[in-house]
Amino acid sequence: MGRAKRKVPGLNQSSTADISFILLIFFLVTTSMDVDTGLPRRLPDWDPNAMEQELTIKERNIMTVQVNKYNEIFVKNGKINRLIDVSELKDIAKEFIANPNQDENLPIWEPYEIEDYGTVMTTVKHVISLQTDRTTNYEVYFKVQHELSKAYSELRDEWARQNFGKKYTDLDEKTEQPVARAVYASKISEAEPRTY
Amino acid sequence: MSKFRSNGKREMPELNTSSLPDLIFTVLFFFMMVTSMREVEVKVQIKTPVGTTEIEKLEKKSLVSHIYIGPPSKNYRAIFGSAPRIQLNEVFAEPDAVREFVRAERESMFEKDRPLMKMSLKIDKGVQMGIVTDVKQELRKAKAQNIVYSAEQKKEN
Repeated sequence: MGRAKRKVPGLNQSSTADISFILLIFFLVTTSMDVDTGLPRRLPDWDPNAMEQELTIKERNIMTVQVNKYNEIFVKNGKINRLIDVSELKDIAKEFIANPNQDENLPIWEPYEIEDYGTVMTTVKHVISLQTDRTTNYEVYFKVQHELSKAYSELRDEWARQNFGKKYTDLDEKTEQPVARAVYASKISEAEPRTY
Repeated sequence: MSKFRSNGKREMPELNTSSLPDLIFTVLFFFMMVTSMREVEVKVQIKTPVGTTEIEKLEKKSLVSHIYIGPPSKNYRAIFGSAPRIQLNEVFAEPDAVREFVRAERESMFEKDRPLMKMSLKIDKGVQMGIVTDVKQELRKAKAQNIVYSAEQKKEN
Protein backbone atom coordinates (compact mmCIF):
# COMPACT_ATOMS: atom_id res chain seq x y z
CA MET A 1 0.00 0.00 0.00
CA GLY A 2 2.84 2.45 0.83
CA ARG A 3 3.46 4.98 -1.82
CA ALA A 4 6.79 6.25 -2.92
CA LYS A 5 7.82 9.47 -1.18
CA ARG A 6 7.08 12.53 -3.27
CA LYS A 7 9.48 15.40 -3.32
CA VAL A 8 8.16 18.75 -2.08
CA PRO A 9 8.68 21.26 -4.86
CA GLY A 10 10.92 24.17 -3.83
CA LEU A 11 9.25 27.53 -3.36
CA ASN A 12 10.20 30.02 -5.98
CA GLN A 13 12.02 32.77 -4.12
CA SER A 14 13.15 34.89 -6.98
CA SER A 15 10.66 37.64 -6.13
CA THR A 16 11.68 38.02 -2.46
CA ALA A 17 14.42 40.34 -3.52
CA ASP A 18 11.95 42.56 -5.33
CA ILE A 19 9.62 42.64 -2.36
CA SER A 20 12.37 43.66 0.01
CA PHE A 21 13.55 46.25 -2.49
CA ILE A 22 10.11 47.82 -2.42
CA LEU A 23 10.17 47.89 1.38
CA LEU A 24 13.62 49.43 1.34
CA ILE A 25 12.57 52.17 -1.04
CA PHE A 26 9.46 52.85 1.02
CA PHE A 27 11.59 53.42 4.10
CA LEU A 28 14.06 55.56 2.22
CA VAL A 29 11.26 57.84 1.12
CA THR A 30 9.30 58.12 4.35
CA THR A 31 12.13 58.64 6.81
CA SER A 32 14.51 61.46 7.45
CA MET A 33 18.06 61.16 8.64
CA ASP A 34 18.74 64.79 9.49
CA VAL A 35 19.79 65.47 13.05
CA ASP A 36 18.11 68.26 14.92
CA THR A 37 20.45 70.77 16.47
CA GLY A 38 19.75 73.88 18.47
CA LEU A 39 20.45 76.17 21.37
CA PRO A 40 18.84 74.81 24.54
CA ARG A 41 17.29 77.30 26.96
CA ARG A 42 14.98 77.17 29.91
CA LEU A 43 12.13 79.63 30.17
CA PRO A 44 11.34 81.07 33.61
CA ASP A 45 8.26 79.93 35.47
CA TRP A 46 5.07 81.74 34.68
CA ASP A 47 4.40 84.08 37.54
CA PRO A 48 2.02 87.00 37.09
CA ASN A 49 3.59 88.85 40.03
CA ALA A 50 7.13 88.63 38.69
CA MET A 51 7.25 92.26 37.58
CA GLU A 52 7.47 93.62 41.11
CA GLN A 53 10.41 91.48 42.16
CA GLU A 54 12.79 93.09 39.69
CA LEU A 55 12.76 96.32 41.66
CA THR A 56 14.68 94.78 44.53
CA ILE A 57 17.86 94.12 42.52
CA LYS A 58 20.77 96.42 43.32
CA GLU A 59 22.02 98.54 40.49
CA ARG A 60 25.52 97.10 40.42
CA ASN A 61 24.15 93.57 40.07
CA ILE A 62 22.15 94.12 36.93
CA MET A 63 23.12 94.37 33.30
CA THR A 64 20.50 95.24 30.73
CA VAL A 65 20.84 94.18 27.14
CA GLN A 66 18.34 95.91 24.92
CA VAL A 67 17.80 95.01 21.30
CA ASN A 68 15.70 97.73 19.75
CA LYS A 69 13.60 97.76 16.60
CA TYR A 70 16.58 98.86 14.50
CA ASN A 71 18.37 95.73 15.72
CA GLU A 72 20.90 97.77 17.64
CA ILE A 73 22.24 96.29 20.84
CA PHE A 74 22.39 98.60 23.82
CA VAL A 75 24.20 97.44 26.95
CA LYS A 76 24.01 99.07 30.33
CA ASN A 77 25.80 98.02 33.48
CA GLY A 78 27.90 99.75 36.14
CA LYS A 79 30.75 100.35 33.70
CA ILE A 80 29.28 100.49 30.24
CA ASN A 81 26.35 102.40 28.88
CA ARG A 82 26.40 102.40 25.10
CA LEU A 83 25.54 100.74 21.80
CA ILE A 84 27.74 97.77 21.05
CA ASP A 85 28.40 95.27 18.30
CA VAL A 86 27.41 91.62 18.80
CA SER A 87 31.06 90.60 18.72
CA GLU A 88 31.79 92.70 21.83
CA LEU A 89 28.94 91.27 23.84
CA LYS A 90 30.65 88.08 24.97
CA ASP A 91 33.60 89.80 26.62
CA ILE A 92 31.44 92.46 28.23
CA ALA A 93 29.16 89.76 29.61
CA LYS A 94 32.11 87.72 30.88
CA GLU A 95 33.57 90.69 32.70
CA PHE A 96 30.19 91.50 34.18
CA ILE A 97 29.42 87.96 35.33
CA ALA A 98 32.82 87.13 36.79
CA ASN A 99 33.92 90.61 37.93
CA PRO A 100 37.53 89.37 38.15
CA ASN A 101 38.94 92.58 39.67
CA GLN A 102 36.15 93.00 42.21
CA ASP A 103 35.14 96.27 40.65
CA GLU A 104 32.73 98.25 42.80
CA ASN A 105 30.46 98.95 39.89
CA LEU A 106 30.10 95.31 38.88
CA PRO A 107 28.29 92.50 40.74
CA ILE A 108 29.34 91.88 44.32
CA TRP A 109 31.20 88.69 45.30
CA GLU A 110 29.47 86.68 47.93
CA PRO A 111 30.12 83.31 49.54
CA TYR A 112 27.91 80.71 47.97
CA GLU A 113 27.56 77.20 49.28
CA ILE A 114 27.48 74.39 46.78
CA GLU A 115 26.30 70.99 47.89
CA ASP A 116 29.02 68.30 48.12
CA TYR A 117 31.71 70.80 47.24
CA GLY A 118 32.00 73.68 49.65
CA THR A 119 31.76 77.43 49.63
CA VAL A 120 32.95 79.50 46.72
CA MET A 121 33.09 83.24 46.20
CA THR A 122 30.99 84.17 43.22
CA THR A 123 28.60 86.77 41.91
CA VAL A 124 25.46 84.90 42.88
CA LYS A 125 23.20 87.89 42.69
CA HIS A 126 23.98 89.09 39.19
CA VAL A 127 21.16 89.30 36.66
CA ILE A 128 21.28 89.83 32.94
CA SER A 129 18.07 91.38 31.74
CA LEU A 130 17.40 90.87 28.06
CA GLN A 131 14.83 93.13 26.48
CA THR A 132 13.56 93.06 22.95
CA ASP A 133 11.11 95.00 20.88
CA ARG A 134 8.22 93.31 19.09
CA THR A 135 9.80 94.20 15.77
CA THR A 136 13.32 93.07 16.64
CA ASN A 137 14.71 90.59 14.18
CA TYR A 138 14.84 87.03 15.49
CA GLU A 139 18.30 86.35 14.11
CA VAL A 140 19.80 89.24 16.08
CA TYR A 141 18.04 88.02 19.20
CA PHE A 142 19.37 84.54 18.60
CA LYS A 143 22.92 85.85 18.22
CA VAL A 144 22.62 87.74 21.50
CA GLN A 145 21.38 84.60 23.26
CA HIS A 146 24.20 82.63 21.67
CA GLU A 147 26.87 85.10 22.82
CA LEU A 148 25.51 85.20 26.37
CA SER A 149 25.43 81.43 26.49
CA LYS A 150 28.98 81.37 25.19
CA ALA A 151 30.09 83.78 27.92
CA TYR A 152 28.74 81.42 30.57
CA SER A 153 30.31 78.32 29.08
CA GLU A 154 33.70 79.98 28.70
CA LEU A 155 33.62 81.09 32.32
CA ARG A 156 32.71 77.59 33.44
CA ASP A 157 35.49 76.22 31.32
CA GLU A 158 38.04 78.61 32.84
CA TRP A 159 36.82 77.81 36.33
CA ALA A 160 37.07 74.08 35.62
CA ARG A 161 40.65 74.45 34.43
CA GLN A 162 41.65 76.40 37.53
CA ASN A 163 39.95 74.15 40.06
CA PHE A 164 39.91 70.70 38.50
CA GLY A 165 42.68 71.13 35.97
CA LYS A 166 40.44 69.86 33.22
CA LYS A 167 38.22 71.21 30.48
CA TYR A 168 34.55 71.61 31.40
CA THR A 169 33.56 68.93 28.92
CA ASP A 170 36.04 66.49 30.49
CA LEU A 171 34.57 66.91 33.97
CA ASP A 172 32.49 64.16 35.49
CA GLU A 173 28.91 64.67 34.40
CA LYS A 174 27.33 63.64 37.67
CA THR A 175 29.61 65.19 40.28
CA GLU A 176 31.85 67.89 38.81
CA GLN A 177 29.90 69.55 36.01
CA PRO A 178 27.00 70.58 38.28
CA VAL A 179 29.49 72.36 40.54
CA ALA A 180 30.92 74.38 37.67
CA ARG A 181 27.40 75.11 36.53
CA ALA A 182 26.42 76.29 39.99
CA VAL A 183 29.38 78.65 40.29
CA TYR A 184 28.36 80.40 37.09
CA ALA A 185 24.66 79.72 36.98
CA SER A 186 22.93 81.25 34.01
CA LYS A 187 20.76 84.17 35.13
CA ILE A 188 19.20 85.66 32.07
CA SER A 189 15.85 87.23 32.67
CA GLU A 190 13.66 88.21 29.79
CA ALA A 191 11.37 91.06 30.54
CA GLU A 192 7.83 91.14 29.24
CA PRO A 193 7.74 92.45 25.68
CA ARG A 194 7.13 96.12 25.21
CA THR A 195 7.37 98.79 22.60
CA TYR A 196 9.46 101.87 23.00
CA MET B 1 45.39 20.68 -31.37
CA SER B 2 46.19 22.56 -28.25
CA LYS B 3 45.39 21.05 -24.96
CA PHE B 4 43.80 24.22 -23.65
CA ARG B 5 41.52 25.13 -26.46
CA SER B 6 38.04 24.21 -25.63
CA ASN B 7 35.99 22.43 -28.02
CA GLY B 8 32.31 22.96 -28.09
CA LYS B 9 30.46 26.00 -26.74
CA ARG B 10 30.54 26.57 -23.01
CA GLU B 11 27.59 28.08 -21.23
CA MET B 12 27.91 31.08 -18.99
CA PRO B 13 27.20 29.88 -15.43
CA GLU B 14 24.22 31.55 -13.89
CA LEU B 15 24.78 33.97 -11.00
CA ASN B 16 23.47 32.69 -7.73
CA THR B 17 21.02 35.26 -6.45
CA SER B 18 19.60 33.33 -3.53
CA SER B 19 21.36 35.54 -0.97
CA LEU B 20 20.23 38.79 -2.56
CA PRO B 21 17.05 39.10 -0.46
CA ASP B 22 19.07 38.64 2.73
CA LEU B 23 21.42 41.34 1.62
CA ILE B 24 18.67 43.81 0.94
CA PHE B 25 16.91 42.94 4.15
CA THR B 26 20.09 43.84 5.99
CA VAL B 27 20.19 47.24 4.32
CA LEU B 28 16.50 47.67 5.08
CA PHE B 29 16.98 46.94 8.76
CA PHE B 30 19.90 49.32 8.88
CA PHE B 31 17.71 52.09 7.55
CA MET B 32 14.91 51.25 9.92
CA MET B 33 17.29 51.58 12.85
CA VAL B 34 19.04 54.82 11.99
CA THR B 35 16.15 56.87 10.68
CA SER B 36 12.94 58.14 12.09
CA MET B 37 9.62 58.74 10.44
CA ARG B 38 9.24 62.13 8.84
CA GLU B 39 7.04 64.10 11.21
CA VAL B 40 4.84 66.47 9.32
CA GLU B 41 4.75 68.37 6.11
CA VAL B 42 6.26 71.75 6.85
CA LYS B 43 4.14 74.44 5.29
CA VAL B 44 6.34 77.37 6.19
CA GLN B 45 9.69 78.42 4.83
CA ILE B 46 12.34 78.16 7.47
CA LYS B 47 15.98 79.00 7.38
CA THR B 48 17.24 78.68 10.93
CA PRO B 49 20.02 80.89 12.28
CA VAL B 50 23.58 79.66 12.57
CA GLY B 51 25.52 79.15 15.77
CA THR B 52 28.88 77.72 16.70
CA THR B 53 29.95 76.30 20.03
CA GLU B 54 26.71 76.45 21.98
CA ILE B 55 24.67 74.35 19.58
CA GLU B 56 23.77 70.90 20.86
CA LYS B 57 22.29 67.83 19.28
CA LEU B 58 18.80 66.82 20.28
CA GLU B 59 19.26 63.33 21.58
CA LYS B 60 15.91 61.65 22.02
CA LYS B 61 13.50 62.39 19.26
CA SER B 62 10.54 60.97 21.15
CA LEU B 63 10.86 63.76 23.71
CA VAL B 64 10.83 66.57 21.19
CA SER B 65 7.83 68.43 19.80
CA HIS B 66 8.18 70.97 17.05
CA ILE B 67 6.74 74.41 16.60
CA TYR B 68 7.41 76.05 13.26
CA ILE B 69 7.31 79.79 12.70
CA GLY B 70 7.96 81.40 9.34
CA PRO B 71 6.35 82.80 6.22
CA PRO B 72 4.05 80.29 4.44
CA SER B 73 5.73 78.48 1.57
CA LYS B 74 4.83 79.24 -2.04
CA ASN B 75 1.86 76.89 -2.43
CA TYR B 76 0.12 78.36 0.57
CA ARG B 77 0.85 81.99 -0.02
CA ALA B 78 -2.26 82.57 -2.09
CA ILE B 79 -4.44 81.59 0.83
CA PHE B 80 -2.44 82.59 3.87
CA GLY B 81 -0.37 85.52 2.65
CA SER B 82 3.31 85.97 3.33
CA ALA B 83 3.26 87.24 6.91
CA PRO B 84 4.97 84.80 9.32
CA ARG B 85 2.71 82.13 10.75
CA ILE B 86 2.87 79.51 13.44
CA GLN B 87 2.50 75.90 12.37
CA LEU B 88 1.49 73.25 14.89
CA ASN B 89 1.26 69.71 13.57
CA GLU B 90 -0.25 70.14 10.10
CA VAL B 91 -2.13 73.38 10.55
CA PHE B 92 -1.49 77.08 10.87
CA ALA B 93 -2.44 78.36 14.29
CA GLU B 94 -2.65 81.40 16.49
CA PRO B 95 -0.45 81.75 19.59
CA ASP B 96 -3.29 80.84 21.94
CA ALA B 97 -3.51 77.38 20.35
CA VAL B 98 -0.04 76.58 21.67
CA ARG B 99 -1.28 75.65 25.11
CA GLU B 100 -3.71 73.10 23.74
CA PHE B 101 -0.95 71.73 21.50
CA VAL B 102 1.41 71.30 24.44
CA ARG B 103 -1.28 69.54 26.43
CA ALA B 104 -1.96 67.11 23.60
CA GLU B 105 1.73 66.43 23.06
CA ARG B 106 2.24 65.85 26.75
CA GLU B 107 -0.69 63.47 26.86
CA SER B 108 0.78 61.38 24.04
CA MET B 109 4.01 60.76 25.94
CA PHE B 110 4.86 58.16 28.55
CA GLU B 111 4.29 59.48 32.03
CA LYS B 112 7.91 59.22 33.07
CA ASP B 113 9.01 61.16 30.02
CA ARG B 114 6.66 64.08 30.52
CA PRO B 115 8.95 66.26 32.66
CA LEU B 116 11.67 65.82 30.05
CA MET B 117 9.57 67.18 27.23
CA LYS B 118 11.40 69.59 24.96
CA MET B 119 9.91 72.07 22.56
CA SER B 120 11.98 72.68 19.48
CA LEU B 121 11.28 76.12 18.06
CA LYS B 122 12.08 76.14 14.39
CA ILE B 123 11.99 79.79 13.55
CA ASP B 124 12.97 81.55 10.37
CA LYS B 125 15.78 84.09 10.62
CA GLY B 126 13.68 86.90 9.24
CA VAL B 127 10.80 86.63 11.70
CA GLN B 128 10.18 89.47 14.12
CA MET B 129 10.32 88.87 17.86
CA GLY B 130 6.67 89.74 18.52
CA ILE B 131 5.29 86.41 17.33
CA VAL B 132 8.17 84.54 18.99
CA THR B 133 7.54 86.24 22.33
CA ASP B 134 3.83 85.41 22.13
CA VAL B 135 4.66 81.73 21.64
CA LYS B 136 7.20 81.80 24.46
CA GLN B 137 4.69 83.35 26.86
CA GLU B 138 2.19 80.62 25.98
CA LEU B 139 4.84 77.96 26.54
CA ARG B 140 5.57 79.41 29.96
CA LYS B 141 1.90 79.34 30.81
CA ALA B 142 1.70 75.75 29.59
CA LYS B 143 4.72 74.87 31.76
CA ALA B 144 6.70 73.64 28.78
CA GLN B 145 9.82 75.52 29.74
CA ASN B 146 12.51 73.39 28.17
CA ILE B 147 12.92 74.89 24.77
CA VAL B 148 15.48 74.66 22.03
CA TYR B 149 16.04 77.38 19.48
CA SER B 150 16.62 75.25 16.45
CA ALA B 151 19.79 76.30 14.67
CA GLU B 152 22.44 75.07 12.34
CA GLN B 153 25.82 74.27 13.70
CA LYS B 154 28.90 75.66 12.06
CA LYS B 155 32.44 74.92 13.10
CA GLU B 156 34.30 77.89 14.49
CA ASN B 157 37.14 79.15 12.36
